[in-house]
Amino acid sequence: MTHSAVRPTPASPTPPGGHLLEVRDLHVEFRTGEGVAKVINGVSYHLDAGETLAVLGESGSGKSVTAQAIMGILDTPPAHVRSGQILYQGRDLLKQSEEQRRQVRGKEIAMIFQDALSALNPVFPVGWQIGETLRQREGMSRADARARSVELMDLVGIPAAAKRLGDYPHQFSGGMRQRVMIAMALALNPKVLIADEPTTALDVTVQAQIMDLLTGLRRELDMAMILITHDLGVVAGVADRIAVMYAGRIVEHADVRSLYRAPAHPYTKGLLESIPRLDMRGQALSTIKGLPPNLMRIPSGCPFHPRCPYVQQVCVDVVPHDLVLGDGRTSACHFAQEVHDDSAR
Amino acid sequence: MTAPASPAKVRGETILAVDNLVKHFPISTGVLFQRRVGAVKAVDGVSFELRRGETLGVVGESGCGKSTLARMLMRLETPTSGRATLEGRDLFRASGSELRRLRRNMQMVMQDPYTSLNPRMTVGDIIGEPFDIHPDAAPKGSKSKRVQELLDVVGLNPEHINRYPHQFSGGQRQRIGIARALALRPEIIVCDEPVSALDVSIQAQVINLLEQLQDEFGLSYIFIAHDLSVVRHICDRVAVMYLGKIVEIGTEDEIYERATHPYTQALLSAVPVPDPDARTDRTIIRLTGDVPSPADPPSGCRFRTRCWKAQEVCAREEPHAVPRAADPHPSACHFAELRPTTH
Repeated sequence: MTHSAVRPTPASPTPPGGHLLEVRDLHVEFRTGEGVAKVINGVSYHLDAGETLAVLGESGSGKSVTAQAIMGILDTPPAHVRSGQILYQGRDLLKQSEEQRRQVRGKEIAMIFQDALSALNPVFPVGWQIGETLRQREGMSRADARARSVELMDLVGIPAAAKRLGDYPHQFSGGMRQRVMIAMALALNPKVLIADEPTTALDVTVQAQIMDLLTGLRRELDMAMILITHDLGVVAGVADRIAVMYAGRIVEHADVRSLYRAPAHPYTKGLLESIPRLDMRGQALSTIKGLPPNLMRIPSGCPFHPRCPYVQQVCVDVVPHDLVLGDGRTSACHFAQEVHDDSAR
Repeated sequence: MTAPASPAKVRGETILAVDNLVKHFPISTGVLFQRRVGAVKAVDGVSFELRRGETLGVVGESGCGKSTLARMLMRLETPTSGRATLEGRDLFRASGSELRRLRRNMQMVMQDPYTSLNPRMTVGDIIGEPFDIHPDAAPKGSKSKRVQELLDVVGLNPEHINRYPHQFSGGQRQRIGIARALALRPEIIVCDEPVSALDVSIQAQVINLLEQLQDEFGLSYIFIAHDLSVVRHICDRVAVMYLGKIVEIGTEDEIYERATHPYTQALLSAVPVPDPDARTDRTIIRLTGDVPSPADPPSGCRFRTRCWKAQEVCAREEPHAVPRAADPHPSACHFAELRPTTH
């Protein structure tokens, strides 16, 4: 890579024993006119170099807000980080100045978004947008930035990259726009790539292409990836570990295989049972009753208790802590062992 | 509410027949003197039959014309050519009171529960509006009672009749849309991506509701979706569309287990399976490139530009959806064959 000489190499990438990226007990709330919505309520997860962590959850579970807090792009106000730490290579990002965070953003941790059409600027050519990062952050000349943009567009599989440099986002198909955004995110060689629902807006055949591209690039460029999604199928295909979120908490955390084989939280179990599967035939789908909670009025005790088939009095009274189930698996359920044994059966 | 039971209505008979339906949207240039320079061939010769009591799935990627097809059947778009008959009556020639009668028999559930409900109308007004247009559908003064019955049928609290759409969640709003479609007791409901905007746990609730209503009222569904797992779950027969044409049509089993068209095979293999162990033992067909523009579709077979089986004959000769030697369901491919090992 032509510009890697420009970049000073960091002394030590990861302090011994530490994780590349670690979120510790993060609390985020949104203060609005109608009240305080507790969007993140004590989220902790970590990411090591070279691995893929999937953060799974439905809308409103807080999966994107956690990512935005890591990137430092939360709209503040209304968002407010109440407490917690976000450690990148051992340094707490939340304690850093805006300028220090700007140095991390893009260069160390980059992010791609769900909707490429609204994430890209419609009035500038894509080549200019990819090159902007390089000109601003690497101090590249226009010609160098242009050449590097073509390289990046080649890397993400945009055909005839040199010719398409001057095209505008609306001239690209959905899949190609997603590739443009991936090229922008890769411009500064980040070590962590956060992909927020990267394929939700795409058709299945294009989704398969983009997921292939992301896993290939992750391996090739030796990045770590946080994949935020609601699609259990996509997760099964690419992730190493998975963290399931519900009402701003991580309810289950496990390696992918053991989680799919035997979920240990009733919410995960319900989710897995409620998807119609192509390779399995069945009649009525089992459902999770009720609705996700209003984040301004999160139920007492376990937030999942009003929808849970395992509910007991203790679930209403006591917030469950993470129960460790071996192999580093955790489940925030009073009856984690029972749920696990039921699903293993 | 009771099911519209009538001895003349036999389950399995053809209720809707669509013959060679075409919709071309003109592309014009010039401001003052508009000149037609081409056409987007959104739907380009689609034929199928819908039988009473069945669910026909229509799948395909964005831009394949599945929503245009739905809008034409609802007479929201005027077809360029083609015919459709609903219980023997010509759907596109009907006008005036006959059209009103036909429309009563065919309703639609939209994809987006946020934009398809008027935010300034109460739920009671939204679901009751069909009764204002068709006053004979509900006896005078019984409107609000009927609306409450409908709310109950779709699993909403009948007391919420005076609430506004924003007071409901996405899944609940979709139930309101379904109640509105049910109001006039249609025999056919066209569902255009009814669960795509919903979360997984809510999606399952709405799918179960649609199935339960079908049993209860003997409905026929045209179920348009891009999620192939959902379609397999709910549909009896499936039509696969590509660039304005049906490339393959058959029973759920014929399409999912014995597909003979390369596009169907590729589409099925691209669906992510929620099982990490399937990562290694599934062979996935990777299609290259994008769907060509429907304004300028390839000659011959429209799929040939992305097809790994394409030969010279594919560019020259358009394959028709006819039964093939490999399997006796219609497939529009010169080289139709079963995939050696599925999954």
